Amino acid sequence: MNINWQEFSPLYSTFGGMLIGVAAVLLFAGLGRIAGITGIIAGLLQRKRKDHYWRLCFLAGLALAPVIYQVFAPLPEIQLQNNLSGLALSGLLVGVGTRLANGCTSGHGVCGLSRLSIRSLIATLMFMGSGFITVFVIHHLL
Amino acid sequence: MIALSMLIATVCGIIFGLGLLLSGMANPAIVIGFLDLAGQWNPSLAFVMVGAIGTAVLPFALLKKRGTSLLNETLHLPRPRKIDWRLLTGSALFGIGWGWSGICPGPAIVLLGINASDAAIFVAAMLLGICLVDRLLPLQTTSDEHKQ
Repeated sequence: MNINWQEFSPLYSTFGGMLIGVAAVLLFAGLGRIAGITGIIAGLLQRKRKDHYWRLCFLAGLALAPVIYQVFAPLPEIQLQNNLSGLALSGLLVGVGTRLANGCTSGHGVCGLSRLSIRSLIATLMFMGSGFITVFVIHHLL
Repeated sequence: MIALSMLIATVCGIIFGLGLLLSGMANPAIVIGFLDLAGQWNPSLAFVMVGAIGTAVLPFALLKKRGTSLLNETLHLPRPRKIDWRLLTGSALFGIGWGWSGICPGPAIVLLGINASDAAIFVAAMLLGICLVDRLLPLQTTSDEHKQ
């Protein structure tokens, strides 16, 4: 197995992960809500609810993060890896998949595993495995 | 109370987004690098999960034991559900989309703040996917309340 030592950034990754954990804890401690992005978005799309305000605020915070980041440091070079149709199709798969599974990397992977949920463990193993296979197929088979 | 909740939610979103950026999870190349076991493997994302879960495990347990949020609001925990075809199929499909693009829901929103036009396509498609599932394959439960 070839490890990409150049791109490997354990300190940034761990610290970034800790920030994610802090955010999830704060949301749960403050509002009693799970920081699962799919769930937060899906709740916004359901008209019957009356809790749109906190969802919009959280999502706005996410979109604001890069602006705030740049106050302290230049943004990392981020390039999208797909053409427009690839973005659309993968976006559709992500939307359908996370909604069916009732969670994504934040909902199941972070919050679910932090709550020691077996269901989230299975979901996480499943989407990780699927991700590994997909990348293998796209980058090494096709 | 609502103003405080809005402030907390916004701050949480910002911190979460900063975490995604700093950790590399908002960078599709790094995500794909993690999923590329057969290529130049970048293990960084494993550290992200460890950092996040390691931070959250104890506070979550303590809060659950307490029973309410620190502002004495209900803890909105997901209703316990079976491990069913939705979980498995959904996760598999999600993994395909994630592996293909290197983008998952959180980073998608963050990317709106960086590369709005391209990210918007992904986000719009994602919203469509969520709506399709809610319309065509709604949960058959006694109550429609999703506690998320």
